[in-house]
Amino acid sequence: MSRIKQIKVNAIKNGTVIDHITAGKVRKVLDILELDGTETVMIGMNLSSKKLNRKDIIKIENKELSQDEVNSIALVAPNARLTIINDFEVVKKVSLEIPEFIENLIICPNPKCITNSEDIKSKFRLTKDEPVKVRCHYCEKKYLIDEVKIKK
Amino acid sequence: MKNLISMRDLSKEEILHLMDVTSKIEAGKIVPDMQRKLAALLFFEPSTRTMFSFDTAMKRMNGDTIIMSGTGQTSVKKGESFADTLQTIAQYSDIIIMRSSIEGAARFASEIVDIPVVNAGDGANQHPTQALLDLYSIVKTQGTLENLSIGLAGDLRFGRTVHSLAQAMALFNVKFKFISPSFLKMPQYIKDDLKSQKIEFEEYENIEDNIDDLDVLYVTRIQKERFADPEDYEKLKGSYILERSMLSNVKDNFKVMHPLPRVDEIHTDVDNTEFAYYFPQAKNGVYTRQAIISILLGEV
Repeated sequence: MSRIKQIKVNAIKNGTVIDHITAGKVRKVLDILELDGTETVMIGMNLSSKKLNRKDIIKIENKELSQDEVNSIALVAPNARLTIINDFEVVKKVSLEIPEFIENLIICPNPKCITNSEDIKSKFRLTKDEPVKVRCHYCEKKYLIDEVKIKK
Repeated sequence: MKNLISMRDLSKEEILHLMDVTSKIEAGKIVPDMQRKLAALLFFEPSTRTMFSFDTAMKRMNGDTIIMSGTGQTSVKKGESFADTLQTIAQYSDIIIMRSSIEGAARFASEIVDIPVVNAGDGANQHPTQALLDLYSIVKTQGTLENLSIGLAGDLRFGRTVHSLAQAMALFNVKFKFISPSFLKMPQYIKDDLKSQKIEFEEYENIEDNIDDLDVLYVTRIQKERFADPEDYEKLKGSYILERSMLSNVKDNFKVMHPLPRVDEIHTDVDNTEFAYYFPQAKNGVYTRQAIISILLGEV
């Protein structure tokens, strides 16, 4: 049993582990999660990692993530991996992937974009650039993921 | 084609079809009839040239227009939302042609009304009808859009016209020369797009030494306001003024184009040469807009 698995399995009975979060991004991930204050949440920051050298980790008891939450986490921590725990057992592992089409999750950084003056859902598409960028469906500007704000 | 919002939406085939329809309208081989058709020209950001060009295009086809210029006389000023204004105007008219300083406004409009929308300029983003009339002017003077050598000169950083034109010409294996002061260079995102499409381009800072091998030189105005120090403008502007004396070794098919209005970036002594094409280019704008409206309203 790997060390990571030990942590996950031993730590919570039912819930979700978000592992391999890019070190330093755990606050952004917490911002995305719709927590109501009743969940038990454990946070590890700047842990050593073979894959990432340094990583953050979050474990949340009794919570399953919505698809919007999963997509948003993929934007801020593209290497993250979700593990669903049920009765101390790993029932599912999911590698995150940024969706091709991102609706209503990103705030367009362009102050002149219509999404910042009218009450409409933002829409972005992934581009083929390296590093990956997103393009606003409305103002057509392209941004690095780090340049955009994620809606809560 | 249901709307015309961005050059990015158009395929090469759609562009060539539009060029063909424009050419047939100009030659009188197609005579679209817009009698009983009404175009709403909504210019939230004032414009004279583009608005008159659309107005003329509609009236040349026996159609009619209703015009809003600025927001002063409308309910927008009373606090009505942009969406409500558009949906109301869509009840009166057959097509909406709009300009706004808000980027993405025309795209949004096309999603909420059920009549065609034409983007006549949205902030610094797109001005597709200008790009299409530029393409028509190029094909008309050069006989083709393929494998041409095109110079874009002036303010390449802020000019949406040169951005749309660069994107559109990239579909036709063009070779570009970008001629501008260093701080008004073509933006990196446009250059990245061109690189990914394997389009060749070179960057220069002087107009005079770089025009002899061009098929088309597209000149845009450098606005004095862009310079922090007016002295810098005075020092630099001479490098970007095209004069007749610079044209002695250009190619026979060479043409000078400009989206207008011109200030002093093309000396008036160029106007009477065979190379000046900016006024016919403006006339081409009417034919191009006739073609766009006709296609969108299903009349051709």
